[in-house]
Amino acid sequence: MTRFTLNGRPVSIDLDEDTPLLWVIRDDLGLTGTKFGCGVGMCGACTVHVGGRATRSCVTPLGAVDGAEITTIEGLDPAGQHPVQQAWLELQVPQCGYCQSGQIMQAAAMLKDFPAPTDADIDATMSGNLCRCMTYARIRAAIKQAASAMGGKS
Amino acid sequence: MPKRLLLGFLAIVILGIVGFGVFAWRPAIGKIAPPPASSFSPAQVARGEVLAGAGYCATCHTAKGGQPYAGGYPMKTSFGTIYSTNITPDPKTGVGTWSEAAFRRAMRQGVARDGKHLFPAFPYDHFGKMTDADIADLYAYVMTRPAVSAPAKRNSVPFPLNIRALQAGWKLLFFRPEPFKPSADKSPEWNRGAYLAQGVSHCGACHTPRNALGAEKRDQAFAGAAIDNWIAPPLTSANPSPAPWDQAELAAYLRTGVSRYHGVAAGPMSPVVHDGLVKLPDADIQALAVYFADVGGAAGRASALAPALAKAQAANRLNTGPQIDAAARLYTAACASCHYNGAGQPNPLRPDLALNSAVNLDDPTNLIRVILHGVAAKEGAPGVVMPAFGRFSDADVARLAAYLRATRTDKPAWPDLEKKVATIRAEGRAEGKE
Repeated sequence: MTRFTLNGRPVSIDLDEDTPLLWVIRDDLGLTGTKFGCGVGMCGACTVHVGGRATRSCVTPLGAVDGAEITTIEGLDPAGQHPVQQAWLELQVPQCGYCQSGQIMQAAAMLKDFPAPTDADIDATMSGNLCRCMTYARIRAAIKQAASAMGGKS
Repeated sequence: MPKRLLLGFLAIVILGIVGFGVFAWRPAIGKIAPPPASSFSPAQVARGEVLAGAGYCATCHTAKGGQPYAGGYPMKTSFGTIYSTNITPDPKTGVGTWSEAAFRRAMRQGVARDGKHLFPAFPYDHFGKMTDADIADLYAYVMTRPAVSAPAKRNSVPFPLNIRALQAGWKLLFFRPEPFKPSADKSPEWNRGAYLAQGVSHCGACHTPRNALGAEKRDQAFAGAAIDNWIAPPLTSANPSPAPWDQAELAAYLRTGVSRYHGVAAGPMSPVVHDGLVKLPDADIQALAVYFADVGGAAGRASALAPALAKAQAANRLNTGPQIDAAARLYTAACASCHYNGAGQPNPLRPDLALNSAVNLDDPTNLIRVILHGVAAKEGAPGVVMPAFGRFSDADVARLAAYLRATRTDKPAWPDLEKKVATIRAEGRAEGKE
């Protein structure tokens, strides 16, 4: 039995400890905002927060999150009004949208470590989140806008 | 004449066996009625609880998913698998009938109550350094745990190594029962750290290399060793970390499981910190840190820190632009989002791989294990995880390890990495357990 909290709610799951966390979140807990991309930890579409850190859920075994606090895109902000989400809306970042919950989760976690990110900081921490629609320029702009809104400057 | 020679030879052999038998024999110590919990003061039990933490008793004396202290945890050795035994006060299957004298003899001499020699998988060579008062406190704690009926599991040590009397020979060769001797020229804090490290915390059991018969090499104390499919790094000046392990970093690591310069306590070191040392007061953690800062010669290495940080900072910038090299692309996509540090001090939760122990050790085992299996929320830095990149091919894991070694350190390349990855993958996630 694996116990953790998901978006502030206690959850207990009785599945093989090697089950990818992404499977559990989508199929067993029914939160489908987190997406499956590559399945090997190379594209970032499945990014959630574990203990506040951006984490690729497709390569995180269920057993590893026993006792952890997990946040998905659905729980990032109760009203969907996290400064990163607001910036995403204002700048109309998404095109097809498939990678965007991962992008937003990665960006929100990144801004905690780099409140005023440089271009180098953004390149290094966001390069693992791929976007086949090439919205990268808008992602960079939205991150900077969110950083300003949150009090950092970049 | 030859017949007489043969008889003489036989007589010597028989005498030898009898002599050894006499030498190896230890009397049983009489059974007692299990002492009621009320016979120990709460203060003594509380002190014993701290000592049980300092010695990680529960880690080895609890099977996965089993009752605490009921034994059955497998320890794979080169001589077969040895199962820990039940140290709850159950009179039939545990230590309920052991007097304090019997318990003390086991701790000091590695002899069970019934006179049987214990295998040195039980580190009595360290516990023997504990004071009588500490052993009495630990006894009080053990005897007040809930009794669990759990018969010992059969060890798979082959004949003739399973003959317990032969352990007397091992002891004759390698065991020097010596009480802890404080060093007059060191501070009380250093001596407290040394007492804990050499005694109840038995740090050398993993960090000191062993000889072919499984005894710690006394002249190589804390020189680092392979243990349970991991590498226990050297704690001496041979430690290859670019940043010195000074008192502050040691204390942070032993207290929280995280050092901003060296990484997190993973593998078998994780329960040491999170289940064991967590019971120790801060003063004892600082004492251990003082002692090991001295063992590692941190004072003489203080000037290494600034250049190490500058080098790490520069390495971070390698993964911020377009990448042509396949290994660099792999790192940028899979690793940099968590491991990149910007300007300033490395973030402890973004382990800087230029400084990290696993990347700097002579052996790539720890790095490969962590890449393949990750680090769970209950290990390492509490509450956060490193995912398991086991879906990468052996070639890609090897490529990543080689890339980190080449770009983050000035140390020689690791040989045969791909084969090493395959071997470590085949070992599975288990840490030397079955």
